[in-house]
Amino acid sequence: MSALGLREFHPFEASGQHFLYMVPSAGVFHVDTPSWNVLRTLDGQPMAPEELTEALADRHPANEVADAIQELLGIHAIGDVHLPPTKSLPVIPPQDFPLTTMVLNVTNKCNLACTYCYEYGEDKIVDTDFGEKPKFMSEETARESVDFMFEEAGTNRVANLTFFGGETLLNFKVLKKTLVYARERAVILGKEVQFSLTTNATLLRPEVIEWLVDNEVGVTISIDGPKESQDEFRVFKNGMGSYDVVQPKIRELLKRHNTRPVGARVTLTKQNLDVMKIFRHLTDDMGFWSVGFAPVTTANGRDYAIEGDEYNDMLAQFEELAEEFKEAALENRHHGFSNLNETLEEIHKGMSKAFPCGAGLGLVGVATDGDVALCHRFAGSDEHKIGSVQSGVDREKQSRFLETHHIAHKTDCHTCWARPLCAGGCYHEAHTRYGTTAQPNLHYCDWVRSWTDTCLRVYGEIATHNPDFLRQYDRVAPIPA
Amino acid sequence: MKHIKAINQKAVRIEEYGRSEPGTGTAGGPGGDDVVALETRDSGPHIPLGCSLVFSPGWEVDSSGGTAGLCAPVERDLFDCHNGCFWPVQVPDHLNHAADWTSTCATAQQDWRKIDLIFP
Repeated sequence: MSALGLREFHPFEASGQHFLYMVPSAGVFHVDTPSWNVLRTLDGQPMAPEELTEALADRHPANEVADAIQELLGIHAIGDVHLPPTKSLPVIPPQDFPLTTMVLNVTNKCNLACTYCYEYGEDKIVDTDFGEKPKFMSEETARESVDFMFEEAGTNRVANLTFFGGETLLNFKVLKKTLVYARERAVILGKEVQFSLTTNATLLRPEVIEWLVDNEVGVTISIDGPKESQDEFRVFKNGMGSYDVVQPKIRELLKRHNTRPVGARVTLTKQNLDVMKIFRHLTDDMGFWSVGFAPVTTANGRDYAIEGDEYNDMLAQFEELAEEFKEAALENRHHGFSNLNETLEEIHKGMSKAFPCGAGLGLVGVATDGDVALCHRFAGSDEHKIGSVQSGVDREKQSRFLETHHIAHKTDCHTCWARPLCAGGCYHEAHTRYGTTAQPNLHYCDWVRSWTDTCLRVYGEIATHNPDFLRQYDRVAPIPA
Repeated sequence: MKHIKAINQKAVRIEEYGRSEPGTGTAGGPGGDDVVALETRDSGPHIPLGCSLVFSPGWEVDSSGGTAGLCAPVERDLFDCHNGCFWPVQVPDHLNHAADWTSTCATAQQDWRKIDLIFP
């Protein structure tokens, strides 16, 4: 062997210990001092094993260095610099990938008029007001969708059906019938079906809550925080804020719904960026089990877009919550910061993504007329249609999409260590920002790397001090899209 | 491993992969089996695919007992292996080690006897 050099990994520190996040395999290894010193010595200056042994002779005996070198070679943290870099696997779009989740847009109508909404706001891609799509999904289309879902689920035993909108509960009548039909079909087919829905909570009447509880429907509430946050953008068509309407209804739901955890989903904007305050209000004051944050999806220059330093501000607060999460985890307490919880699960499993999410693969969105799109955010868009529930998935179109959106084609990502988890980010975000789903979301790369590093450090701390906590992630459950 | 510890599920798998014993390992893996050209990885005898076996009856001669009528006479087979596919056992490394191995063999069907053995 001529000279050893570093291969691809991201080093991070937790509890004063050194860890490596291997790229692209996504393995996480703890390395001891001799190994760490080998890596440090090789950083930027490849050298032969003998030179390396000599360079470290004052700190480590030769046999220890030799062992460390062997082990580092074994996990590909180091390698012969003259060997070509490991070739990535050829792009082969998965064939007959079973459907895990179908998101059913039962209506594209909404009783709120949130200014930043991707479905109705300035960046909408489907004409939801005057377009040709029906405003409400019919019972028949919903039934056809259920048949489609079970058909596409293939050998999967469990199918997930998510009701979505518009405002989902505007079509409560069809929801009820569809759930019953899906249950019946599941029994006949020997499968299981799980239900969830997303709502703005304005229509959570007592009988709706009853139905959600009785049917164990997982609920995600779109809410932006305390009154001043919620009423900034989440308004009725007359401009009135929705907080006072939704707040008592959400409290009632949280009081009653004990069969499935209820989560909150917060849209962060330039005007609504007090992450800590929002989190406190939604968990401590209102009682949500978990809270997930997402920066608003927007084209450049919108007055609610998060930009520049605001990303750092958001990151600092995410880090604060992550620290809290870690403290809780070390004492086996629950903490509701779901962004971190989900990423920890991905890190624990060592997910290395060929695609940023399951859209068009294990997840599809169904529009009100039964057109099948990549995900719910594209439901109704002809450009992003990959079939229909009546005629099935257009395999050729799906294949083409998967081929062109594979991480192998995102050359910008090829030198980034965070690509196993990010894989270029949300297609819809990219489409809104750059006009194409195939473009990696370069506007938040630094943010993603910093955040991923934080998640890795928390993971390392928990792995060091309370590894049992991580057992919850051993379950073989699909990660929510 | 003494110096490195696998922490997440993927790291455990990488470690197991590295530890795999010959005969049980994955082809090409460290400590695993060698990859053999043209092979299939199913259990059972090693049958190369993509070219004829040297001992396959009926391949070396045509119906008249000669070689001229074969679609790929033995003489050509040698060059087929040499140029067309990678069959390291039968032909020397003509790129690095024995570049002039066939220099005396202008026409394979006439001159193939002139090709000598190559010793490392």
